[in-house]
This record gives sequence, structure tokens and C-alpha cells, in this order.
Amino acid sequence: MLRTSAAIIAGKTLRYAARLRGGGSALPGLVAERVDPQILARTLASVPGGIVVVTGTNGKTTTTKMLAAIIAAHGKHVFTNPTGSNFTRGVLSAMLGEIGVGGRLQADVAVLELDEWHALQFAKLVTPTHSLLLNVARDQLDRFAEIDTTAKLLATLAGQTSQVVVLNRDDSFVFRIAEGLSGKEIRYFGVDPEIADQVPALNEADVRFEDAATPPPPTTDDGLLHTVNTRDFAIRFGPAEQVGPLALRQRGLAAMVNATAATTMARAVLGADFRTDLTEAALRTVTAPFGRGEVIDVDGHPLELVLVKNPAGFTVALSTYGAEPVATMIAINDDYADGQDVSWLYDVSFASLREHGVAMTSGVRAYDMALRLDYDEVLVEQIEPDLAGALDGFLAAYRGQPTRIFCTYTAMMALRKLLAARFGLAGFAQEGE
Amino acid sequence: MPPTSSKGRIVLVHLYPREMSIYGDLGNTRCLAARIRRHGYDVEVHDHHPGMPFPQDAHLLMGGGGQDSGQSRVEDDLAVIGDRLRGLAADGTPMVMICGMYQMFGHAFITSDGVELPGLGILDVTTRGQSTRMIGGIVLDTQWGEVVGFENHSGATMLGSGQAPFGTVRVGHGNNGQDHTEGARTHNVIGSYLHGPILPANPAVADALIAAAAERATGRPFEPEQVDDSLADEARTRQITRLRARGTGKLKDTAVH
Repeated sequence: MLRTSAAIIAGKTLRYAARLRGGGSALPGLVAERVDPQILARTLASVPGGIVVVTGTNGKTTTTKMLAAIIAAHGKHVFTNPTGSNFTRGVLSAMLGEIGVGGRLQADVAVLELDEWHALQFAKLVTPTHSLLLNVARDQLDRFAEIDTTAKLLATLAGQTSQVVVLNRDDSFVFRIAEGLSGKEIRYFGVDPEIADQVPALNEADVRFEDAATPPPPTTDDGLLHTVNTRDFAIRFGPAEQVGPLALRQRGLAAMVNATAATTMARAVLGADFRTDLTEAALRTVTAPFGRGEVIDVDGHPLELVLVKNPAGFTVALSTYGAEPVATMIAINDDYADGQDVSWLYDVSFASLREHGVAMTSGVRAYDMALRLDYDEVLVEQIEPDLAGALDGFLAAYRGQPTRIFCTYTAMMALRKLLAARFGLAGFAQEGE
Repeated sequence: MPPTSSKGRIVLVHLYPREMSIYGDLGNTRCLAARIRRHGYDVEVHDHHPGMPFPQDAHLLMGGGGQDSGQSRVEDDLAVIGDRLRGLAADGTPMVMICGMYQMFGHAFITSDGVELPGLGILDVTTRGQSTRMIGGIVLDTQWGEVVGFENHSGATMLGSGQAPFGTVRVGHGNNGQDHTEGARTHNVIGSYLHGPILPANPAVADALIAAAAERATGRPFEPEQVDDSLADEARTRQITRLRARGTGKLKDTAVH
């Protein structure tokens, strides 16, 4: 106990210092973890309503935010790691803000976003009661090496979950995980068969193979997405229960699938307390996480910032935003957090940008991006590797018009800082660091 | 501007685009097909899947990297078309085999458990599985000038005594991290670990393959057009400058966790 208190005080002090400095959400957690390695397990053990882990390649941040919002709308105190710091230390850092020195976390439910590898590290310390497994796609293969390895990480996490595992019934890498599970409840989320033809745009068909395995027919605990039009949708649990129809603030089919996943999991966590009206209200008001189609007001005109980090994500983003073409910039960096191997750009089709062209490419790999677009016969007006110069040039050339920037992670963080400085958005650049 | 009348038809075969095409290898096929057209030839891209008959005409072959599960899915088919591939290679057909397909074009792959998996033997190389991966940016000197890309492999490849490499490592690991060789070259067959993908940013290599393919397809010497490669040249030289400045094969990891 004494050791835990010391760890919490050390971590809290550093967290305060880091906040004053304006960044760095994982460092305080690192310090607390060094002082007391068991702090995470001990503190989370006091959370009565469940420890929910959200993981998968794409949509973690959006889904976690939606799930936390739904559960909070039911009057529960939710502990979550909303900063996109999806590693164990990020969880610990977020926790330090919520606990007293005695080590009690004031929360009914913990909803934690963890990347595939850190989800497993986390599960070694703390048994999740619920796991939500979204999808498996190529993402930073230089880190996880192979997609099969990623799928195995998710299967191991599912096996370590004590109560309920929620699986994607449209992703064969994910629903096949059910085969090896026993002693826990399995639920599924997915899209209604009527829009199943749109699933290939969300998954990567080229790394999936025809095999006999199919998920079991949906039960009344499995959420199915029904789209009404491009903005309105409903989530159905059997013939008698429905959430929606409603529209999200965030655009696109991928966000609707995330809402379906979050709602299916919220229903599993809340049990008899689950209410469709409260869920609808929460989903209607939840805002896009940073860089997931967030809209910045530039002199009265919208600038959309869209994070792209792997082929599936970029393809979904292009199809989501392609219906409303605006002046476009693409910024590609190749730091560790971006993915150092930019080969993945060749697994994305940019044909949808051909008609209007691309105004600017930027980032360390600006010329590689322009070359990629050239092979898809997309005209590029300007190439400027320097992000500040590119942003200024782009916004000056398209002053008074809506604009859009597709960017990798570190390019996005740099652009957010620049935008915060240019347009005086208080606290804007801090989120997500 | 390509001329209006075609100089001939080149059949480009992409081996196993589903199973062995995970690191943007499709980019090599896109690049070859686009450049063939820009040089004034017609191109027919043929995707070869396991179990399908191998095309009668094949002037240029491309194969990419895959996962272990992908490799096991193509082994049986490689056994079926192996004699054909060996015949085409010996006859001078240009081929570019990246990463996993490079290994399978060698004599054997020996797993970390010591199990020996035979390869096609087109290239005199043997690869051993290792627990550590060789990952990072890589710069080579080749007969087509400097070549840049990204390597990501756990296999360590050794060249046979008479086997020529594809290039000499200037920055990075290469075949095995020891002898400064990268890839292998026999006749017009190039094996390499370079992703990037390799061809778009290194168009001289792409055009060498296309030249050999054009000669085989038409029976005449390659008749190239002027192609504007300023974007590729800029992308390549900038990346080479960065990697040389770092001086090692590993890009410095940004602290994320």
C-alpha cells in the first residue's frame, strides 16, 4: 500500500508537471509503473462494473469514445483513456488524474483503448471482463511484422477475457477467433446482409481467403447495422429492439460500423440497464476524435483533418469523403508512428481523386506521394515537403473554400500545432499527445 | 506522349497477387504496366492464382512478399509451374521477385527449427530463418545506379559461390547483414528484399526489365520513349540523402512507448 501511494504521488506530480509543459501523456504513467508495477492491476480491481478493452487495427479511438459516451449517458462514471495514448502507460497516466492517493479509482466502468500488442501486455496485469475486437488489417507491418501475428494477438486477448467477447462478424480474421474460445459469452456486431456488398471497402479482401468458416446466424444480442441513407442508420438487435434511426456527427460507413460495435458492447456491459433512448442521445452528440474527420474553422470555412495510417483506413477515408470533393492536400511522414515503410500507399487506389486532382503533397515523403499519385494519373499542383510552408501555401491558394488534408500521424500532430498557432484554438494541439 | 500505334504487346504476369503481395507489391505491377504503356507498347496484365493454368505467353514476371500462411498456400502451385518458370528464367525472361518470392526462387529456406523447405533453385541462394528481423531503409549500388527501398525480413540469405548479387549495400542490412550483398541476379531474373515498392522510385531497374521483355515480345530491340522521371528522381535522391546522413540501416525509432 505504501509503495502504491508513493507511486501514485510520483506519477501525479509528474502528470501535473507534464500538463504545465503542455504534452506527454505516457511519461507520468511510466514513472508510476517503475515505482509500483502492480499499480494498474490493484487500482482497476476496484472498478465494479467491468474492465472493457477495445482493440483492432482501425476505429479504436472512435469506438472507445462512443462506448464511453453511451455508458456515461446511462449515469455511470466511466474511466477511459481518451487521449489516443493507447498503450499501458497511457492508461496509467490517465488513471493518475482520477484516483486519490489511497489508490481508489472513482469509476463504475473502465473503457480502455489499447493497440493489439499493448492489449496483451495489459491483460497480463489485469484480466479484462469484456473485450471488443474490431478488425485486423495491415498496419505498420514494420512493427507487428505480419497480419497473422496480429490476429493471434487478438485471439490470445479474447482467451484471457473473463466474461464477454464481442467480435466483428464481417471480418474473418476476427470471427474465427470464436472457434478457440470457451467459458465466456460471445456476441457479434456487423452489417445487415442488405449492405454486405459494402464490406469489401472496409476490409482488405486481398489478404483474406475463401474458406468455409462463417459466423453463426445473428441472435438478439448481436447488433446489426441498417443504413437508411448515407447519414442515417439504425442498429437492430433481433426484430424487436432497435437503436435509431439516427445520424452521427462523424461521416461515413466506418463510423456507423464503429457505433454498431460500441452499442453491442454497451448492451453487454449494461445488461438490463441498457436503454435505447439514452444510447441514441449519446451517439447523436459524440464528436469525432482528433484527426478523424474533425473540422477546423479557417476564416469561416471548414478544413477537415483526416488521419490515414494504413491501406484499409485510407481507402475508407477516400470513399467517405469522395462524394464531396474539395481542395485536397496529402501529408505523408515516415516516422515510427506513421509506419516507416511507405509501400502501403501502393495498396490504396487514388482514382477517386483523379477528377479534381490534388492541390499539394507534403511531409517527409511528399515526393513519394506525388509519384504514387502520378501512377494513378492524379494531377498534383504543388509539392512542398515542409509542412508549415505547405499548409500556408495550400490555405492561401484556396482561401474562402472548404479544404481537406489527409495526413499520417506525426504529420497530423505537426499540422494541429500549426493550426492552433494560426487560428488561436485554445488547447487544440494538446489533445492526443 | 506515347505514339498512337503500338510497338507490340507485352504480357506481364503477377504471380500470386492475393497470397504474395502484402507490402505494396502491387505497386511494382502498376509501375511496370504504366511504364510499358508510356514507352508505346500495349500491356496485358495477367494475375496468376494457385491452380490456374500458366499463360502461354509470359514476357515479364513479378512476384512479391507474403506471410508464412501465404507462402504455404502457393507452394503446391509453384511445384506445378516450377519447370515452366525455370525454363523461362534460363531463356532470359525478365523477372523481379521480392522478399518471400525471392526466397522461394532460391535453393532452400531453412526454418529456425532446422526444417529445410526446397525452393525453385532459379537463384543460387539459401535462406535461414532467424528470430530477429532486419528492418529499415536501405541504399544499394547496382549496375543501374543507386537504388533505394525499405527492407523487412527475418530470413538471412547467403549467395552460392558463383551467384551475383543484385547490388552492394551502402546503407542497411541486405541479404544477411554480414557480407554487404543484397539480392541476387541470374540471367534477367532479379531477386531482392527491397520494398518501397522498389520499381516506382528506381525507374532504371523497371526499364531494364521492360527492355528485356520488349525484345522477347517483339523480336526487335527495345524502342523507348522519353519518360519524365523527375518525381521518381526527386523521391529517390531525397531518400538516399536522408539514409546516408543517418549512416545506418535502421531509421531512428521515434519514442511512442
